[in-house]
Amino acid sequence: MAARAGVNWGKWAVSGPPLAYLIVFFAAPTLIMALASFRTPGDFGGLAPLVAPDGTLDLNLESYARLAESTAYAEVFLKSVIFAIVTTVACLVLAYPLATLIAQSPRKYRDLLLLLVILPFWSNFLIRIYAWMIILGPNAALARGLNGVLALFGVEPVPLLFSSFAVLVCLVYVHLPFMVLPLYANLEKHDRALLDAAQDLGANAWQRFWRITFPLSLPGVYAGAALVFIPALGIFAIPDILGGPNDTLIGNLIKQQFLETRDWPFGSVLSIVLTVAALALAGLAAWIGRRGSAGAARA
Amino acid sequence: MALLDIQGVTRRFGDFTAVDRVSLAIEAGEFFTLLGPSGCGKTTLLRMIAGFDVPDEGRIDLDGADLADRPPERRPVRTVFQSYALFPHMTVEGNIAFPLQMARVPPAEIPAKVAEALEDVRLSGFGRRMPQELSGGQRQRVAIARALVTHPRVLLLDEPLAALDAKLREEMQIELINLQREVDITFVYVTHDQTEALALSHRIAVMNHGRVEQLDEPSRIYGAPATRFVADFIGQCNLLSGPVVARDGGILTFDVPGVGAVRATAAEGQPDARHGTVALRPEKIRLVADPSEAAAPAGPHGRGAPHGGEARAASFGGDPTHNHVRGHVADLLYMGDVTVYRVETPGGARIEALLANSQSGRAKFFEVGDAVEMSWAVDAGHTIAG
Amino acid sequence: MRKGRAALWAAAIVAYLFLYLPLAIVVVYSFNDSRLNAEWVGFTLDWYRKLAGNDEMISAAINSLAIALVASLVSTALGTMAGVAMHRYRLRLLPVLVLTPIAVPEILMGVALLIFFVLLNFTLGLVSVALAHIAFCIGFVAIVVRARLAGMDESLIEAARDCGATPWQAFRRITLPLIMPGVIAGALMAFTLSIDDFVITFFTAGAGTVTLPLQIYSMIKIAVTPEVNAVSTLLMLLTLVLILVAARLSPSLLRTRPD
Ligand SMILES: Nc1ncnc2c1ncn2[C@@H]1O[C@H](COP(=O)(O)OP(=O)(O)OP(=O)(O)O)[C@@H](O)[C@H]1O
Ligand SMILES: [Mg+2]
Repeated sequence: MAARAGVNWGKWAVSGPPLAYLIVFFAAPTLIMALASFRTPGDFGGLAPLVAPDGTLDLNLESYARLAESTAYAEVFLKSVIFAIVTTVACLVLAYPLATLIAQSPRKYRDLLLLLVILPFWSNFLIRIYAWMIILGPNAALARGLNGVLALFGVEPVPLLFSSFAVLVCLVYVHLPFMVLPLYANLEKHDRALLDAAQDLGANAWQRFWRITFPLSLPGVYAGAALVFIPALGIFAIPDILGGPNDTLIGNLIKQQFLETRDWPFGSVLSIVLTVAALALAGLAAWIGRRGSAGAARA
Repeated sequence: MALLDIQGVTRRFGDFTAVDRVSLAIEAGEFFTLLGPSGCGKTTLLRMIAGFDVPDEGRIDLDGADLADRPPERRPVRTVFQSYALFPHMTVEGNIAFPLQMARVPPAEIPAKVAEALEDVRLSGFGRRMPQELSGGQRQRVAIARALVTHPRVLLLDEPLAALDAKLREEMQIELINLQREVDITFVYVTHDQTEALALSHRIAVMNHGRVEQLDEPSRIYGAPATRFVADFIGQCNLLSGPVVARDGGILTFDVPGVGAVRATAAEGQPDARHGTVALRPEKIRLVADPSEAAAPAGPHGRGAPHGGEARAASFGGDPTHNHVRGHVADLLYMGDVTVYRVETPGGARIEALLANSQSGRAKFFEVGDAVEMSWAVDAGHTIAG
Repeated sequence: MRKGRAALWAAAIVAYLFLYLPLAIVVVYSFNDSRLNAEWVGFTLDWYRKLAGNDEMISAAINSLAIALVASLVSTALGTMAGVAMHRYRLRLLPVLVLTPIAVPEILMGVALLIFFVLLNFTLGLVSVALAHIAFCIGFVAIVVRARLAGMDESLIEAARDCGATPWQAFRRITLPLIMPGVIAGALMAFTLSIDDFVITFFTAGAGTVTLPLQIYSMIKIAVTPEVNAVSTLLMLLTLVLILVAARLSPSLLRTRPD
């Protein structure tokens, strides 16, 4: 504290071990994967040797080129993005009233209400998926009731489980708290006097929401959107368990490349494209959010 | 030799100079106060003495030895933090024992020393409490006990009473004075409260913009401010500035805009200033109803009208020892024990005068609009050159 | 106004039902005397009894607990260091490395570590899973510890130095005790994250090693049976206790949850 010069041994002693660990077990693997995306798949899975027998480095863009070869990949990718967007919007619609209610309730109940939102999400991810297998199962009350009604109209029974519907419901279910938390954090800070002032100036409840509350909450909305969108885009377990044959998303494709086809370079390409797309889209949302909130502050 | 010798100490943050070539010699056993407005660099200076910050220039000597290479834990200096900084996970005893443990005092001797320190600050019996279970004043005393238990050479106190309410603050001030006398340790006290500084200190250094403006005893700081800043910062003060128009032995006559000729004793060492300021405390002014007005009561329209068409309010009236200034009461501030009257002269200057409300049955002597005459002795004001 | 409030409550109750009904059904059917998770037949503890005799399940549970124990201990030590370092020093690389594993899709870390271990000829199994878990738990511990440090009065450290403590003594006697609740909360959180993790484990466990989530996965891929309900109920109970204890110690912790 006293000396402002010299090598800071304490700094390295404290930050060194975690830094080293994360370099070895996070940064290095990620870079190796990035490198793998430029290599050739091995004959029996994995990677072909980096240095070919003739001594040249085996680095190419073939795996990237494969992306463009077939529209199937683009379709899977598009489907993943659409699912992630639908999930984000549905989460927003469900989360907004909940976050509003928590933010408006008396201070002493807020933490409890918030805890109730978060608690289910500390239960195992697979259990939460499994719960929907039960609810949407063909023998469960929901499916029987629905198909009973449909039968009255002479419509063929529809399966709920193993469908895009099941995947979407579960995606929303799993990601809801990521939307509630930032929204709540934002709404909690709103000054009630603004709404009173707006009412005083003659705005009705609807106008007050759209003209005051919603624009001011945009930073929270975008933060929540990023938090839902990124993991939703990369999910593979939910379509894997709840989806039908057509519900292959990019996450499933990646899993296939590594565990079934064993085409590492292409799997790496897909992982990189997924990560870049997720971060870019989330970053875009955050950027729009900052501009939006700056605009709201000016207005 | 001074105990704590601060020589030309400067500390910059970027282009901003927080402490600017400060030199102070603080004597052993002294209650020394750093007084100044917020942001003037008091805390920064204190942190450099304690060792939490390092001067960019200058040196700090304690007992003649340079402190530069000694980290805070190796300086015989203790700090009482503004936030008290009591360790929240230790009892009061644990807090006070901490510096003893750090100094490797044998464990067997610690309880007695802790008890003694608690007694010094009148907190015997509170040793088992946690800091959170104490009132603000009690925490303050624990912080002082913790700082004093190892008998440091110097105790640094950074606005230790700022968080207390007015009544408790006054009590603690008296306790601090007594404590300092008892333990006979040098106190370096930081405050931005001038009354506190005047009440507590042997000597005060008034700081502004990182510099020491005046270093003096409290009575001199109040009665003979060296600069306009000091005069203005310490208590209420009328600052009457103007060119020197006459000189008569030790008495200067200033031509103060809006007031007229004001006579005041010249300050020592500046006999031939061409321009100056008379710093005049409101309580030094005698305020009476304007005698000429009383003789011929003016109607509502006559109030405040200049006398005989003359814009000058000051006159000597043949009185060589006093200044006399006429005007009317522009506004007043009733403060209970005293009332402050702001008197506007015909020339548009405003002078504050203060009257004690000691006369029975009267809350106020004058109302807004009353014509009054102010007078003060030629040596009542203090002259500042420039 | 009152009408708006009622609508808000109605929407919120729907949302809460949406959150809890699925889990409640899992728990209720774990006591149901029927093979089908379809309707209530009668109360039984049969599924728990079956669970107790299921060797595969028990060995998976032991694997999970062992991994979680090691991963939480190591990641707590490293995460605490990272949290302290990020609070105290102005660093560029460490915060990035600590936070990105949380920000990127989980599957990325899973496949990257798979490639890494295989290329190094590192046998996939308990050890590789634990190493992977440590890597993603460090960030969560670091965040909790740093939040705790940020809430701590900086002058306490200065006061300790002022009282004669060396930097290390000040850390041992003041900082560490004060951040301890955060450290413990971080450890519990790391334990929960590790025992629950599916995606990264899925890629780094290899063929021979099975953890509880992997076991549940393979079971529900085949068929829905109340045995899964029973093991799910027990697992939920365990995480519920861990998380409630952690939340008491560090209230801010509940607001950060990965998946
Ligand atoms: N670490 C720092 N970095 C940059 N500027 C600083 C730092 N510490 C203090 N300053 C600046 O130096 C100036 C003096 O600060 P200091 O804390 O010494 O004031 P002070 O006299 O104690 O005021 P107060 O009465 O408000 O406590 C302030 O303008 C402050 O903003
Ligand atoms: Mg200060």
